[in-house]
Amino acid sequence: MKIVAVALIAAFLTVCVQADQIDILKSVGDFSKGTAEARKASEALVNGGAKNLLPVLKAFQDSSLLASNWLRGTFESIADAEIKSGRSLPKDELVAFVKTTTESPAARRLAYEWLLKRSPQLEDELIPTMLLDPSPEFRRDAVQRLLNAAEVAEGNDATAAYRKALKGAVHEDHVKKIAKALRDAGDEINIQKHFGFLAEWKIIGPFDNKDMKGFPVAYEPEKNIDLTAEYDGQLEKVKWQALSTEDDYGTVDIGKQLENYKGSLMYATTTYNSSRDQSVEMRLGTPNAWKLWVNGELKFEREEYHRGTRMDQYKVPVTLKAGPNTILIKVCQNEQDQPWAQDYQFQLRVCDSTGSAVLPSDKSAKRENATGVNR
Amino acid sequence: MKRLSLIALILVASSLNADAGDWRQFRGNLGNSVAEGENLPTELSGGNIAWKVELSGRGVSSPIAVKGQILLTASSGYAQDRLHVMSFDAATGELQWDRQFEATGRTGCHEKMCVATPTPASDGERVFAFYSSNDLICTDMAGNLQWYRGLGSEYPNASNSLGMSSSLIIIGTTVVAQVESDAEAFAIGVDAETGETKWKIDRPRKANWTSPTILPATDSSPALALLQSSKGLAGVDPETGTVVWEFSDGASTIPSSSVIDGTIFIPSNGLTTVKPAADGKSLEQVWNSSNLSPSTPSPVALNGLTFTVNSAGALSAGSIETGERVWQLRLKGPFSGTPVVSNGHLFFFNENGLAFVVKPSADKGEIVSELDLGETILCSPAASNNALFIRSDGHLWKFSEQF
Repeated sequence: MKIVAVALIAAFLTVCVQADQIDILKSVGDFSKGTAEARKASEALVNGGAKNLLPVLKAFQDSSLLASNWLRGTFESIADAEIKSGRSLPKDELVAFVKTTTESPAARRLAYEWLLKRSPQLEDELIPTMLLDPSPEFRRDAVQRLLNAAEVAEGNDATAAYRKALKGAVHEDHVKKIAKALRDAGDEINIQKHFGFLAEWKIIGPFDNKDMKGFPVAYEPEKNIDLTAEYDGQLEKVKWQALSTEDDYGTVDIGKQLENYKGSLMYATTTYNSSRDQSVEMRLGTPNAWKLWVNGELKFEREEYHRGTRMDQYKVPVTLKAGPNTILIKVCQNEQDQPWAQDYQFQLRVCDSTGSAVLPSDKSAKRENATGVNR
Repeated sequence: MKRLSLIALILVASSLNADAGDWRQFRGNLGNSVAEGENLPTELSGGNIAWKVELSGRGVSSPIAVKGQILLTASSGYAQDRLHVMSFDAATGELQWDRQFEATGRTGCHEKMCVATPTPASDGERVFAFYSSNDLICTDMAGNLQWYRGLGSEYPNASNSLGMSSSLIIIGTTVVAQVESDAEAFAIGVDAETGETKWKIDRPRKANWTSPTILPATDSSPALALLQSSKGLAGVDPETGTVVWEFSDGASTIPSSSVIDGTIFIPSNGLTTVKPAADGKSLEQVWNSSNLSPSTPSPVALNGLTFTVNSAGALSAGSIETGERVWQLRLKGPFSGTPVVSNGHLFFFNENGLAFVVKPSADKGEIVSELDLGETILCSPAASNNALFIRSDGHLWKFSEQF
């Protein structure tokens, strides 16, 4: 009886120590905060061996990216040592963890990749069920399998596989490929809606940005959005005007749709109706300098011109309130004269952390069609 | 005070004395591409390939060699946000470990670059890996995480949408990184053991792809970190971040400066050489040559000549004494990597995977061997224990005489 009690107390203390060490890893911060303690905690967890694998994975939940990297490094050191010592990883527990979609997507993917080192057949078992997984990496693998099947299928079978793949696709290359195949098959595909691009804007300008001096200047539209107001612009009086885009990827091309005013800046605004209070990502692509406000609060600003642009170039975390949310973007053009420095454009979408569109509530009624397939 | 200076000098000097055969950072231990004491294979052929191993992900960074380990970085994943630090057995090519982390900064790059463009560095006890996302990661030599700085998270505007490429240097106990872009620019000195910031200084706000290099200590002056930018070159105390001197005539933002025998070769107005004055606090210009303008590869030197490669792939040799161009040799370009200089030869790899071994003499250069690796090569080679190491996205090669 005494022995059992001592064993139970020892086990309890071990769990407590383990939890303390994990808490230390979870509390690391920028600027090397908590590093010395984290190094010791990680070393202790590594020395503790395989019993720490699952607790380390579970700790990814709600951890910062920096803390996740400490947990990731610790997990890999443990797993590597186990395999090199000829021991097996706890396969059943790890598979169960991978299947638990409420756990951290990054931790589940980490567990999966280490499982594959010894059990590559798990890919066939797990991936086909992951088309709508919270992890974009798992989704990507599931979509790729469907694309592989579609490419060797014919007629309706191929089209059905592409339609299914589109439901899970969150990456541009996949969506492009699927959309082309489905459009060729006669489907109407709304890529804008699939990704959640915002296409309807009100825009005003140009305002002066000669010598790139306009970036820090707070012109009237960024002090107060009054869609009926008229202001002194760079060239003449300016008013808000409607500007929409039909581009698949939501590009609002100021240079082509209006004019490539050199040394200027424009403001564009739109209203996003959110069905509830929620955290989303606003993902922006632009080769121009920009600032982004949501509900009057500056979320990010960046003064870089013509170093390239791409979809999802910038990911800005935003908390939306239920109801209308006002988005304002300031887009700046400089006076470079090289042919590659003439773009004056932006694209902005609202999505979750997987890259799946979060549609405004006035479009959510058609959510079943958010994959963009109309047939 | 004198005693403290002496101790600092000894610490700095000892840090530069890597084990024989080590190639601890971008372009070698002194950052000048010279492989001192190495006897690299000059007749490159398939028979020289000691081993060739497959790599996952992408990488433009160069390998480094430390005590029988070859350390390498890569990035993978759809968003290239998985950061790899890998160790290979230099003797066999066997993968010893591969640690992966998730980028905390932006990972977008021009297609020619990738997130793993900066070359890692080592002080012999630790590996310091740096990425375009500005993640600065330190592991021990067994791959155990020692510290992690998410400079992309700490300074979220210090990034370049084309990608960042500046590699690390280590002087004494300081890891020096240049993080310079149009939107935000700084250089930082980080404590090698703790990961804590020793100093951080503002730098010119302009995109910059050059790497810091080392001006070794002399009897009268401690080693300096040389930080290049469009404005010129700054000599910076690696312990404090204090700018000791500045060269203000402008410089390239792609090829980096090299220091050979105390002379600094700066890609500035073509090529400019300067020497620190006796007090170590100012500079004296030696010469400037508009005929020796380097493209992407940095300048190197051997046997009284300095060498640069232009964008057309022409190798120019100039007198180290005068800057006068003395001969040219047509190579097949373009080149991204800087050649290694060893046993009287220059070892080039062009972007198309063609290797050239060039034997320069006073009045001409001769290509003594060529080898087609058939893959895109954008990194600079590394040299260690009489072997040459090079990587593509897909493979890591070792060349040596024994095979």
